[in-house]
Amino acid sequence: MAYSEKVMDHFANPRNVGEMEDADGIGEVGNSKCGDIMKMYIKVKDDVITDVSFKTFGCGAAIATSSMATELVKGHTIPEALQLTNKAVMEALDGLPPVKVHCSVLAEQAIKAAVSDYYQKQGIDPKTVVGEIPEPIECHLED
Amino acid sequence: MEHRVYADNAATTKLSSRALNAMMPYLTDNFGNASSIYTEGGAARKAVDQARETMAQCLHIKNPSELYFLSGGSEADNWAIKGAAELSLKKGKNHIISTKFEHHAVLHTLEYLEKHGYEVTLLDVHEDGLVRPEEFEAAIRENTGLATIMFANNEIGTIQPIQELSAIAKKHGVLFHTDAVQAVGTIPVNVEELGVDMLSLSGHKFHGPKGVGALYLRKGIRLPNLVHGGAQERGYRAGTENTAGIVGMAEALKESCEVMEERNIRLARLRDKLIDSLLTIDRSRINGDRVHRLPGNVNVCFHGVEGEALLLSLDLKGVAASSGSACTSGSLDPSHVLLAIGLPHEVAHGSVRLTFSTETTEEDVDYIISVLPPIIERLRAMSPLWERIIAQDNT
Repeated sequence: MAYSEKVMDHFANPRNVGEMEDADGIGEVGNSKCGDIMKMYIKVKDDVITDVSFKTFGCGAAIATSSMATELVKGHTIPEALQLTNKAVMEALDGLPPVKVHCSVLAEQAIKAAVSDYYQKQGIDPKTVVGEIPEPIECHLED
Repeated sequence: MEHRVYADNAATTKLSSRALNAMMPYLTDNFGNASSIYTEGGAARKAVDQARETMAQCLHIKNPSELYFLSGGSEADNWAIKGAAELSLKKGKNHIISTKFEHHAVLHTLEYLEKHGYEVTLLDVHEDGLVRPEEFEAAIRENTGLATIMFANNEIGTIQPIQELSAIAKKHGVLFHTDAVQAVGTIPVNVEELGVDMLSLSGHKFHGPKGVGALYLRKGIRLPNLVHGGAQERGYRAGTENTAGIVGMAEALKESCEVMEERNIRLARLRDKLIDSLLTIDRSRINGDRVHRLPGNVNVCFHGVEGEALLLSLDLKGVAASSGSACTSGSLDPSHVLLAIGLPHEVAHGSVRLTFSTETTEEDVDYIISVLPPIIERLRAMSPLWERIIAQDNT
């Protein structure tokens, strides 16, 4: 198993890493038993994600996909961010080894979870906009 | 070239130059088949016989013909366990005793046998990673035919009381095999004293070449073949002798035995230095007993950190290590060894194993001590799990 140069770059120099004090939405997915937890923070102004950051417990791919996902939604509108797929995250990283695909799924879900939290705080039912975010009960997520 | 520290010697070791030099003639001019009667074959035959004698001497095996050359540790384990299981079944015994933290070469072989009607009991290895002889004795039944218990664990380096265990097996008429892949060449192994019936070893764990190993098989135990074919290894293991590999393995073992005493004093001191230093890191723990432990094995967990991320970070700093993290194994569960000693999943994910060899220097250990703590700090700073652990602590 080998990671692409891009994955290693985002692992070694993660973008937008760290806690956000005044976040408008915070999403957390994954669980410690499986070895991956992703936490995303977003700052929203006029429906645009003006700032985003993350904290991740997990392997190299988990950290790199978190970092890449933040880059892909930063400065974009919420509807655009909700269009982000795990495939797009993987492609932007020049691919992931098959056993690591679930990390990109988590990254997609983490963004959606942060947007959900934002809507909740705005008094809007997030399910109508974001839909259900499946809770990963088993460690093995479908690709 | 950047500074590299190779600290994964339990995975494999570098071929020693003495072993390589011993091998070279058999990779070049003396390429003959050891089974052929002409001059070239004779040279190979002599080399294989000499290697067998050398190894028997290092391992205190009375009769060199009790040592069978084969392809490595996995084959040795497979042959010993499947063969002895078949022998036992002929006596109506279909129960096998092993432990929860064996190498997969043993555990998966036992799973295979379970599918074919054998019953397997896996002994607990407790928090310290040590088998209790009294629990072994208590697990022996009327129909127990075989016990297979590893000499030293490959992940946490704990050394089992093999002599005591094999004596118990003998008392109850149970065949005893030990997977000594991590022990041979690393710590003294005296087969005669141990009293085992079968013992597996692998050349590349002690600076020999890969793809060659051996099974010690006590005289009189007629294991059915695993590999059928030609009459090599007195008909018990077919396949043209890997002359160069066998010669290299024997030379490497001889070298290991020569330097072992002095080397192990040095490595145990470096091991303790590294363990003591890593345990000063907040919420770290040592895995496995500290006393009954291989001289070059360090296995530590850091809460709130994931093992693969730790390994990648170490690699970027020039350190090669390994982890029991699920993410490094391609499977979804963390190491069965760490789970067997009772670690919760989330802690087992955060382990690192650093293993030394004769080439490891004090500078290497000091370098690891200098680069590891900042890596833990960096990974914890971005870990929501660590954030949670700290928050729980403050409430």
